[in-house]
Amino acid sequence: MDDRREETKAPSTDPETWVESYGDYLFRYAWHRVQNRDVAEDLVQETLLAALRTRDGFEARSSEKTWLLSIMRHKIIDYIRKAGRERSMDNELSPDDISEEFFDEKGMWAVKPSCWDTDPGKVLEKKEFWEKLMDCMAELPKKMAQAFSLREIEQMDSEEVSQVLEVSSNNLGVLLYRARLRLRRCLEVKWLG
Amino acid sequence: MLSCRETTQLISESLERKLALRQRMAVGAHLLMCRFCSRFRKQLFFMEKALSLFVEKEKEGKLPVDREPSLSPEARERIKLSIRQESNSHEQ
Repeated sequence: MDDRREETKAPSTDPETWVESYGDYLFRYAWHRVQNRDVAEDLVQETLLAALRTRDGFEARSSEKTWLLSIMRHKIIDYIRKAGRERSMDNELSPDDISEEFFDEKGMWAVKPSCWDTDPGKVLEKKEFWEKLMDCMAELPKKMAQAFSLREIEQMDSEEVSQVLEVSSNNLGVLLYRARLRLRRCLEVKWLG
Repeated sequence: MLSCRETTQLISESLERKLALRQRMAVGAHLLMCRFCSRFRKQLFFMEKALSLFVEKEKEGKLPVDREPSLSPEARERIKLSIRQESNSHEQ
């Protein structure tokens, strides 16, 4: 179903129709950012319940979808913030992280990047590319995935991401660097084979 | 002369903030001599472009939804039920 069609319908204020109208859209939005089905489903439920409770504050000039999405974004950020606190990220920031094995003791490439030789315009139209990208993101260690997701997919400022994850900007830099090293390598293996 | 590790770290950093002139020059010098780091840089920018495009398509609702996951039927029912229960409790 084309998501665009939903925007042109007259806004429905019957919450019981929200799941059918917006459920999948909200689910996908969350799933792309948390890479976990159970979590994404819970976030949809929390979002719709929160929307139900604050419905009187809904201003008719913004679309219902936009309003629900803004609630979802807050829920995602809260989830990531809480999840970040529960885990120790020591290993993801330590010098022993496996990302460091991309280079030898002299700091030269241990496994050299291949030449991708691709036309970006053509590649980005291919569904397989998107699937591989999502697969690769799902394989990132938790904190790196969160940093990458907030920065690159949610497109938050570095400073905001640091605040949400409660890391220094230097540490955020390390997390993003390692995420990018791993993603690049993963894409090379999975997508180019 | 920068190592490949140092060069790639700076390239990644340049996506977060503007590098100092000295750093940009050092990276540039390394890239002239290292085709692997040049590939890395090109590929990183390619990934950045792919993700911007992804976000744009997502906003416009143009992602290929036949390959996108959906709510499971169980989740769908569970959520509908919880909404119904919440609505009913308000009316009391």
